[in-house]
Amino acid sequence: MRLLIKNGRVIDPSSGTDETLDILIEKGKIVDLKPKINTDKARIIDASRLVVAPGFIDMHTHLREPGQEYKETIRTGSLAAAKGGFTSILCMPNTEPVNDNRGVTEYMLSQAKKEAVVNVFPIASISRGQKGEELTDIADLLDAGAIAFSDDGQPVQNSHLMRRALEYSKLMNTLIIDHCEDKNLSQGGLMHEGHYSYLLGLKGIPDSSEEIIVARDIILAEKADARLHIAHLSVKGAINLVKQAKKRKIKVTAEATPHHLLLDDSYLESYDTNLKVNPPLRSKENVQALIEALQEGVVDVIATDHAPHAPDEKDVEFDKAPFGINGLETAVSLILDRLVNKNVISLKRFIEMISTNPARILGLKNKGKIEIGADADLTILNLYRETVVDVDNFKSKSRNNPFHNWKLKGAPAITIVRGKKVYPF
Amino acid sequence: MAFKQKHLLGIQSLTPSEINTILSTAESFLEISTREVKKVPILRGKTIINLFFEPSTRTRSSFELAAKRLSADIVNFNLTGSSVVKGESLKDTILNLEAMNPDALIIRHSCAGAPNFISTFCRSHVINAGDGSHEHPTQALLDAFTIKQEKKKIEGLKIVIVGDILHSRVARSNIFLLKKLGAKTILVGPPPLLPVEFKNFGVEIDYDFDQAIAGADVIMMLRIQLERQKNIYFPSIREYRNLYSLTKKRYKNAKKNAIIMHPGPINRGVELSTDLADSAESVILKQVENGIAVRMAVLYLLLGGKERETAD
Repeated sequence: MRLLIKNGRVIDPSSGTDETLDILIEKGKIVDLKPKINTDKARIIDASRLVVAPGFIDMHTHLREPGQEYKETIRTGSLAAAKGGFTSILCMPNTEPVNDNRGVTEYMLSQAKKEAVVNVFPIASISRGQKGEELTDIADLLDAGAIAFSDDGQPVQNSHLMRRALEYSKLMNTLIIDHCEDKNLSQGGLMHEGHYSYLLGLKGIPDSSEEIIVARDIILAEKADARLHIAHLSVKGAINLVKQAKKRKIKVTAEATPHHLLLDDSYLESYDTNLKVNPPLRSKENVQALIEALQEGVVDVIATDHAPHAPDEKDVEFDKAPFGINGLETAVSLILDRLVNKNVISLKRFIEMISTNPARILGLKNKGKIEIGADADLTILNLYRETVVDVDNFKSKSRNNPFHNWKLKGAPAITIVRGKKVYPF
Repeated sequence: MAFKQKHLLGIQSLTPSEINTILSTAESFLEISTREVKKVPILRGKTIINLFFEPSTRTRSSFELAAKRLSADIVNFNLTGSSVVKGESLKDTILNLEAMNPDALIIRHSCAGAPNFISTFCRSHVINAGDGSHEHPTQALLDAFTIKQEKKKIEGLKIVIVGDILHSRVARSNIFLLKKLGAKTILVGPPPLLPVEFKNFGVEIDYDFDQAIAGADVIMMLRIQLERQKNIYFPSIREYRNLYSLTKKRYKNAKKNAIIMHPGPINRGVELSTDLADSAESVILKQVENGIAVRMAVLYLLLGGKERETAD
């Protein structure tokens, strides 16, 4: 069955397109793209007054399957993604067991094939068991379908191991993603270290714990000539390091999350555990630097770090709550309302950071663009739709999102994956 | 004067006038503890639960006696014999105790913000008896009461707080209170235990105790916890003692008749020399005595007063 998307404002930063075009889709691919396509042999989606963008790619999610299916599954995570406007998601390896071998990667992909409504790309761990001691079989994992490598929340502390991982990754030209945190400096920390941590009596996580590892990784990536992606950049010092590294043509890219862009540590005065996240919500000065980094192109990607946790796990003392924010269903509306509508960044720049750049960084050649022959993964936005965030309506299994009750203008309207409309459900 | 707060979670949320109301109410209660029959029927029929999730001698017995002297019924929650050791969550523990219809919960907990968390879902009045490194409001109130008793005022006094500022809930509550009442506060301690950001709270900081103590009216010493050394906040107790112990020699630089305070328990010979702890300038036991009157005032203002009953 063919699908024709008519009258949409097509924005594709990869080609610079921003005009009203019709898109004809067949067998999961874009087969035609021009101002007026007339055919009676296609189901029609009227995209008048809507923006048609290349499918959004979330480079950073946690789907919790296998092992913690009470928080999220590949199925529910993919539904949340579709509702949030994402056509592809990468899932981190901190499952139980850890995605450190072909068996787990294949299991995730087979579950995704059976149950997911969006494309799921597993990220395998850098070290076995995320223990930071031995490398995983990187080539074998790539062959099984892993898209990149990261130890995420248990970042590699041993610089020697990180050096070898970066060197070895060159063999397959794959990507190493690092959650940059010096665990000796952040140990026991619960929130950003600064005025508010001293006010609230909560142990702080200093800027330096992120900065030091970003500096280390950049040095190692330069020497190895390897590709490094910095997850959820959050502090000014680290932003400056990435900026300098890019000037020196080191192969480093970086992402920022909506919560680090829109919230700061002053919100913690409520002791709301839904604000407990790692890296922590930073000071206003850091938030401002991160926004500037988006504008200047130091940040390449917006990613959610979707980290679902069951309500009971968050309904505890601040010290005892797990880190993480459930972000798939609010990210796009948040950025549209708070950054695009307020002219902090352009819509084109947003699409670039959430589709074009992730596809380029990940080497997904047929994604992140709208052109004949590309995958028919499309995110259609309604810039006028007003919504109120209600965590009780989440498709995700979990509810840990601090934006509950926020009024937002601009929302994902239709999500199309490989030519199939997957949202609205 | 009506006292509008439902809970006492910290000093930070109190106005100077609310603080003064507590202090003046405490003054009127001070005499009750010296009577032959130490009891008034003000809170008869009220039920209070003392929930101490952390060890405590002073604060717990002080609250218990304060409640009893106001004729309230008080129950002590015993942590080791409770379902907490079986893994019951804090929320479930509180909800179960609340089902027994208490009027107030007095909470001591090792996690900062635990009383704030409890106050989001419970009906009773919540009184913070010390939460992690956050606040210990009744300690600051009894400290202020004691300073006023000794020095007749708080405004304009030079008050030095010495020790592990970073981890001290007593220091935080005192910093907030003394600022609100117009004292000049100087924090003293080794840099790792005294981040410069504390200046934002409207106080001065000084790493040099000998310099800071000059002309002080009040010297408040904090307990130094031995495990801080293991976390590399300072090199050794020996070195800490040399730099930050209050000794007779250091005390001489303070203003004449400067008072010495300590929230207890004291590490004798570590942060405070024994001769000074037991000297006439030490008001440490007066602090404890005043604690009962101050806690009676807090209990009365939160759940007693006729004004409140009619207002409800």
